[in-house]
Amino acid sequence: MGVLVRMSGIDKRFPGVHALDAVDFDLHVGEVHALMGENGAGKSTLMKILAGIYHPDAGRIEIDGEPRAIDSPRTAQHLGIGIIHQELSLMNDLTAAQNIFIGREPRRRFGRLDEAALNRDAAAIFAAMHLSLDPRTPVGGLTIAKQQMVEIAKALSFRSRVLIMDEPTAALNNAEIEELFVIIRRLRAEGVGVIYISHKMDEIRRIADRVTVMRDGRQVDTVAAADTPIQRIIAMMVGRELADEAPGVPDLNDAAVALEVRHLSRGREIRDVSFTLHRGEILGFAGLMGAGRTEVARAIFGADRRDGGEIRVHGKPVTITSPRDAVRAGIGYLSEDRKQFGLAVGMDVRANIAMASLGRFTNRAGILDEVAMHRVSLDHIRQLDIRTPSDRQPVRLLSGGNQQKVVIAKWLLRDCDILIFDEPTRGIDVGAKSEIHKLLQSLAAQGRAVIMISSELPEILRVSHRVAVMCEGRLTGILPGGAATSQEQIMRLATRREASMTPEPITESAP
Amino acid sequence: MSALGNDLPVGLATRLFRSGAHQKLLAFTSLLVLLVGFSVASPNFWQMANIIAILQAASVNGVLAIAATLVIITGGIDLSVGTMMTFTAVIAGVVLTFAGLPLPFGIVAAIATGACCGLCSGTFVAKFKIPPFIATLGMMLMLKGLSLVISGTRPIYFNDTPNFYMIANGSLIQWLIPGLPIPNGVLILFLVAAGTAYILSRTVLGRYCFALGSNEESVRLSGVDTDAWKMAIYSLAGAIVGIAGLLIASRLNSAQPALGQGYELEAIAAVVIGGTSLSGGRGTILGTLIGALIMAVLTNGLRILSVAQEWQTVVTGAIIILAVYADMARRRRL
Repeated sequence: MGVLVRMSGIDKRFPGVHALDAVDFDLHVGEVHALMGENGAGKSTLMKILAGIYHPDAGRIEIDGEPRAIDSPRTAQHLGIGIIHQELSLMNDLTAAQNIFIGREPRRRFGRLDEAALNRDAAAIFAAMHLSLDPRTPVGGLTIAKQQMVEIAKALSFRSRVLIMDEPTAALNNAEIEELFVIIRRLRAEGVGVIYISHKMDEIRRIADRVTVMRDGRQVDTVAAADTPIQRIIAMMVGRELADEAPGVPDLNDAAVALEVRHLSRGREIRDVSFTLHRGEILGFAGLMGAGRTEVARAIFGADRRDGGEIRVHGKPVTITSPRDAVRAGIGYLSEDRKQFGLAVGMDVRANIAMASLGRFTNRAGILDEVAMHRVSLDHIRQLDIRTPSDRQPVRLLSGGNQQKVVIAKWLLRDCDILIFDEPTRGIDVGAKSEIHKLLQSLAAQGRAVIMISSELPEILRVSHRVAVMCEGRLTGILPGGAATSQEQIMRLATRREASMTPEPITESAP
Repeated sequence: MSALGNDLPVGLATRLFRSGAHQKLLAFTSLLVLLVGFSVASPNFWQMANIIAILQAASVNGVLAIAATLVIITGGIDLSVGTMMTFTAVIAGVVLTFAGLPLPFGIVAAIATGACCGLCSGTFVAKFKIPPFIATLGMMLMLKGLSLVISGTRPIYFNDTPNFYMIANGSLIQWLIPGLPIPNGVLILFLVAAGTAYILSRTVLGRYCFALGSNEESVRLSGVDTDAWKMAIYSLAGAIVGIAGLLIASRLNSAQPALGQGYELEAIAAVVIGGTSLSGGRGTILGTLIGALIMAVLTNGLRILSVAQEWQTVVTGAIIILAVYADMARRRRL
């Protein structure tokens, strides 16, 4: 078997992150090579280097045995490397054919387009894929699956010999995945090398020839897919040791239920999610990116419309159609993107803490009581140990951890006793992380109910009293927190397609 | 290909919605309703002379709006079209009246000046990454000032070039078909509209207009030189503004350096009423043309009904909000 691509010693740094550390990777003619790893392991970065979108700091890339510098997407295209991005990058207002040939439109003289040739060429590619689709259909009106097919057609139109697919099945249903696999197998038979990034174990078993596992920017190992047990692949992905021991899980059986969610659903993103949250409890939400955890939080908080489901707070049904309703019911949501949704970064600490409770500091004439705001801000700065020279410091000058504390202070001041934290430690350094963890625990100890969404399994295990795991919009299981649960158990639930409320070992499905 | 192959063919209704034809239909129906309504309300409205006056009034704003449409489809905005129009008229005045050159030089100068101004805006936007709103706001003020400086703040008359007046006010059509006195200005509006519509739908430049407004990053990753194309699009829009400059100067038989500001907003209003999305990626020249006609009919009809000028402005404003609301409501349903 010929070697199509050989990447060796690839190194890439971003500010503050060593994204890739001397990674080796190769791809043979006519193979499907799966690339696996947790979020942030470096898979997408490695592939963006191969596709010419990023430039490596060090390392060597050989295509067909010849060293090559891939300095732009265009160069990659010329070398026959096509990439299908995780987030579809189509132009919704153009037709399928126009999307496929963007930048390479068949032209006549004076820059006029040859639309007939364009549609004919696109139709020929669709025919080769056995895909029945009118090339003149605007892409924005297609299902996600069909859009995915248009992306593949676009990659094939470059006569790609290397096809990179970044989580191609994330938005597909089972039947659509079957269709995709048929196309992948046909390409493989024609000698195309496919690099397949996915989190889903069952897919890897069915489609991949070899598997490379990455972790923390390093290549852990490359193994044959057929004779490597799934357990071993998961162990390679999770790998790292737990730095801290699991917390003591308080006995919450007698604690009152603070929040009860029943049959929450919203399109494909949330499918019939039900759970309860007790006072004094930290419920961790684990799952891979796109599993629907943030969507659940936003639906509970009223930030997104929901199709169905009931929400009870302290035993009483509540109607939540907007964040305003949620805040009135005592629910606070701390978004994963602090800068965009959680903070007015240009304003000072005092203004941000008081932001959600301005009514309390306003007299009849509508004048703000700065003295009272100052006093309350100082209270919270002390209580949460926010490191800031004063309450007039602009929030953008604080560190990530301290910014997060300002957001927490804002919701505490609003008297929210149900707090939803979405990736509370993203972009925060290690020291500040453990402070935030302690803060969450003390909030729970004070009787508040806490939901913590996190993509980092060690964090989930370290902080949560119970762990809810989601995959593809479904709640696939709720596990006990603490030492009773392992990362492997969570990972298994996070990669399983069918809903199941009891944790049980994966049974191999026949390919 | 069971799961993927069985989707129904795209229905006519879907296609109408997706292509924005629905909004055009809405705009077109509104235009018809206005025409019928004013005809019933006043016998003077449906007179040949009045219809021609409406078309003539729509010509300058229409051409400007066509220029603005190009930029808006890319996801940008052009606030400078009004004062740029004046600037090109002043340049035509300099060439024809001050330098005394023959008419064709004035025409070429105005259009070339517009293209250069557009290239400047395009360079600011594409190369220096200045947001289009700011870049064209700056251009708007600079061109306004330059018009005043070059003209010495006084109007430039075209009395030495008698044919200049004929550019907008003569009637080639009447010469060909006696009894149909449609002025050249209107003819030019429709020619510019047809030409631009062709460019948008049939050329690479047009394709990239829509592509840029739809998803610029993805176009760039497809290996297209997005900066160069953006500059080309702004330049083309500028050249069209140059034509508008000739039209208005010809109608007034003078270049009025103080004129211009405010025209850009009327142009953008026509674009929006015509169903072009301000977020880019979607829009048609036909829609813009209808939008410009709606505004002209409204002004004319209300005047015939003796509605005070101040109220005409109020109505125009309300129409703009209504048009955009209809567009948003339509998109929410999708």
